[in-house]
Amino acid sequence: MKRQTIERLKHIYLHAYIIFWILIAIFPVIWIVSMSLNPVNVLRPTTLQIIPKNATLEAYKKVLTRPYEAYPVPFVKLLFNSLFVAGGTALLSVALASTAAYAFSRFRFPGREIGLLGFIVTQMLPATATLAPLFVILTLLHIRNTLYGLIVAYASGSVPFAIWNLKGYFDTVPKELEEAALVDGCDRHQAFTKIILPLSIPAIAVTFLFGFMNGWMEWMLAWTFLTKPTNFTLAMTLYNMQGQWNTPWSQFAAFSIIISLPVMVVWFLLQKYIISGLTLGAVKG
Amino acid sequence: MTDKSDVKLWEQIRRHKLAYYYILPSAIVMALITAFPILYQVWMAFTNFNISNLRNPHPQFVGFANFIKIFTNQVPLENFNFWRTFAFNVVWTFANVFLHVAIGISLAVALNAPRLALKKVYRTLLVIPWAVPSYISALIWKNMFDVDFGAVNQILSSILGHAAKIPWLTNPNAPIKILPFLSYAFYADLITNVWLGFPFMMVVATGALQSIPQEIYEAAEIDGVNERGKFFKITLPLIRSAMLPAIMLGIVWTFNQFNVIYLVSGGGPLGTTEILVTQAYKIVNPGGLYGIASAFGLIVFFILLGITLITNRVTRATESEI
Repeated sequence: MKRQTIERLKHIYLHAYIIFWILIAIFPVIWIVSMSLNPVNVLRPTTLQIIPKNATLEAYKKVLTRPYEAYPVPFVKLLFNSLFVAGGTALLSVALASTAAYAFSRFRFPGREIGLLGFIVTQMLPATATLAPLFVILTLLHIRNTLYGLIVAYASGSVPFAIWNLKGYFDTVPKELEEAALVDGCDRHQAFTKIILPLSIPAIAVTFLFGFMNGWMEWMLAWTFLTKPTNFTLAMTLYNMQGQWNTPWSQFAAFSIIISLPVMVVWFLLQKYIISGLTLGAVKG
Repeated sequence: MTDKSDVKLWEQIRRHKLAYYYILPSAIVMALITAFPILYQVWMAFTNFNISNLRNPHPQFVGFANFIKIFTNQVPLENFNFWRTFAFNVVWTFANVFLHVAIGISLAVALNAPRLALKKVYRTLLVIPWAVPSYISALIWKNMFDVDFGAVNQILSSILGHAAKIPWLTNPNAPIKILPFLSYAFYADLITNVWLGFPFMMVVATGALQSIPQEIYEAAEIDGVNERGKFFKITLPLIRSAMLPAIMLGIVWTFNQFNVIYLVSGGGPLGTTEILVTQAYKIVNPGGLYGIASAFGLIVFFILLGITLITNRVTRATESEI
């Protein structure tokens, strides 16, 4: 009896502690949602209310019709640019990484260790540290100010991770399946495309989504490389809104929610992969 | 002798021809967009490459001038100070990682209490900061730190009962006098990044706690060990080896936390919250000093390499101790 009361008291204390941190964790999210419902004519809201007075979806309507005050670039165009860059990055990195990951997983060839290590080392450099040469090289190749240049730059960042991710999955596919196929008269290439790839669809999908999310949210390289508003992505537009003093916070908030909602949904769907990938990668060093 | 091993290597390479075909596409692209830029960067670091060279890429060779300029703070940018930036970067990293780990472990332990209700719901809600793209959260927090309209000051006002007007992002002075080099903006960045980072450490710690059998705690209870003793004598030592790799990862992430610093405080006011990666960015954009930026990037690379090697050694050393 006494033991139970002690535990109950302890639980009350724990609940209070956890709820305190939950409030901190969700507060910015609630704030941004409430902000987005503010009437558009309020430049900066002065009171804190979860559902503001005269709540309206006006801000969403505004950013969906004319996200850029200064240039008439329609939302659909920005969305297309974002999808193009993110999709292109994801496709390119999966295409490049799947063949390389297969070789790293199945063959023990000279240079294998160095190759794997080399892909990791390139990951250590933060993007801003290689910004200068990338900028110059893409400029000299005349693709810096295009969406293609952006895709190439992003893919170089996501390929190493994609290789590790896919190699880890290929390692779990039993070798016997391919050997059986080889005995039955398949060549290596057929074994790869007809057996390994179809079996690895979950891992390929995860790798694709990671590449997609990177391309979708990246703004720093895009902001440095692209100059024509017709090429801008959604993430760049949000950054630009922040810079403009006359953008009402409600529009900024609505636009943030529109951009980040898909990412959050994908994140919660992939949560297991993200966590296991990170902790596994960390353990392996 | 060397001839023979050469033949053997060649033979091996020939035997694995197929493997190389498979690697070739990604190797070519990586060579073009990763390896070549890095080599190009090494060359650029020793030249006075600037905006005019974008049309005519034949800059002058200047030897170590770029490195000397960086180390003696002669870079023509406002508030450029390499050593202050580097020192601040280190303080920033340790303050953040310490708080991430402390909060993360405390929450994981709280959630690990047997028979606690609502655990699943709590865990889901607590990882929300991790799920929001860091780019968006940084922008949201920047707005929340607004002096007049920001949520942080408004909440403080309603708690204190009078108007709180903390100049989070504009005042270069230090609010805590014994830490004179840390401006208000540091605390704004710190709050943002702690919010961003504690869920990761919590998740890692939760995983590590699963491996501790409940019986150990029960046995300790019978022996009269109190809560504090249980935590410091059982929990901490047993989760340490699982936490260390995550802490290493956290150190590298926080050291390079571009989004929070650049978007919340912008490295300001007066450069008091600049870290190396934000400074590197500013040298390129708006600076346009590509030669100096390349040298700066190389310096950052070697600093990171050093940190990785040190943390690696620390982890190994502590692991063999156990």
